[in-house]
Amino acid sequence: MPEDQEEIVLSELPDEELVKQMHDDLYDGLADEIVEGTTILLDRGWDASDVLNKALVEGMRIVGIDFRDGILFVPEVLLAANAMKAGMAILRPLLAQTGVPRVGKVVIGTVKGDIHDIGKNLVAMMLEGAGFEVVDLGINNPVERYLAALDEHQPDILGMSALLTTTMPYMKVVIDELVAKGIRDDYIVLVGGAPLNEEFGKAIGADAYCRDAAVAAETAQALVLSRRTAAAGGNG
Amino acid sequence: MTGGPRLLVIACGAIAREVLAVIRLNGWTNVTLRCLPGKLHNTPQWIAGRVDEKLREAAAEGRWERVFVAYGDCGTGGALDRVVAAHGVQRLPGDHCYAFFAGVDDWLEMHEAEPGTFYLTDFLCRHFDTFVVQGLRLDEHPELLPAYFGNYVRLVYLAQTETPALARKARDAAAYLGLSLEVRHTGYGDLRPALEREAATVGGDRG
Repeated sequence: MPEDQEEIVLSELPDEELVKQMHDDLYDGLADEIVEGTTILLDRGWDASDVLNKALVEGMRIVGIDFRDGILFVPEVLLAANAMKAGMAILRPLLAQTGVPRVGKVVIGTVKGDIHDIGKNLVAMMLEGAGFEVVDLGINNPVERYLAALDEHQPDILGMSALLTTTMPYMKVVIDELVAKGIRDDYIVLVGGAPLNEEFGKAIGADAYCRDAAVAAETAQALVLSRRTAAAGGNG
Repeated sequence: MTGGPRLLVIACGAIAREVLAVIRLNGWTNVTLRCLPGKLHNTPQWIAGRVDEKLREAAAEGRWERVFVAYGDCGTGGALDRVVAAHGVQRLPGDHCYAFFAGVDDWLEMHEAEPGTFYLTDFLCRHFDTFVVQGLRLDEHPELLPAYFGNYVRLVYLAQTETPALARKARDAAAYLGLSLEVRHTGYGDLRPALEREAATVGGDRG
């Protein structure tokens, strides 16, 4: 076997190299290797949250950058996401046991008339990875369903997604309804989807447009923190 | 200069046959077609930039009385509209080829009736394996099929021609994707009148 094709034995790698190898395996969409790497790190005494952040979330962040730059495409991102999901399936119950408080809660869904959910699912996964509780409403959501979910779950954030230029204006319908009911400022509203841009997000009254899943997770964290800091300041 | 090509059509390779068919049907000799690769269909983020390059080339040549872009928005999220506006040219109506083949209003109605519709044209039927199965890497990773198509319920084949071999391919595609099949004969839809309007504005032999 040529040297450059020598088989890598994950269990023989020191922690730092194993994490880097997991980034590569995530990039290549190798779910079995991610499961193995996750298990090895846990067996070595790593916290589930460290495995999640340093190995999985960081790996997906790299995938996201190369998707944005046109190096990776949707199939590769889906394969990477499947690999991350496989790792998260191991970590999720452990994270629940630790009782670490959630960063916040998000209600997310694709808007009415639109059945595309690949991007929305990636965002939901990255938000979960960032420590949010995610209530996923799925696809084709009319304004009534968003309102009912906001009422039921009282989230910090409402996330809306659309892939079509014909459906993205529906985000404004939802935001206008929040305004009409006097509850717009109760929530941070994030929007995303291939045909959107920052200008559109501002025009419809969203708090932020997020160009990809990693940005969505970072923006969600930053805005929740900022809102809580402002609230604490107001109370003080 | 008389008789030479006056109208340049910059088109998606996925509708090249149909543009050529309209040119032949009208007997135009003053219309030239240049295509970008149809595979850009799968990477719409690159379309606006590539069309911009073609429009710049055409402008530098200085020999076209008029240039027309035979694309819909095609998933560019308005980026293509900004490019054609900057060059002072027009594009086809609608969001994509499904819309202008079906007719923009008819397509919107069809899509509202069932948002979970996957569309094929003659081109996409002919190249289903290349563009869909291989393009989405489903040949290597069939496990991705639900992620791509799990929310779809029907396939509508918008047929430009009545070609039995393509109808069979549409049937096979629907079976592969696990969707019901509906066939609608659209002909060239809004493509033909759009090209005829453009060709009518230029000199030379319009047949």
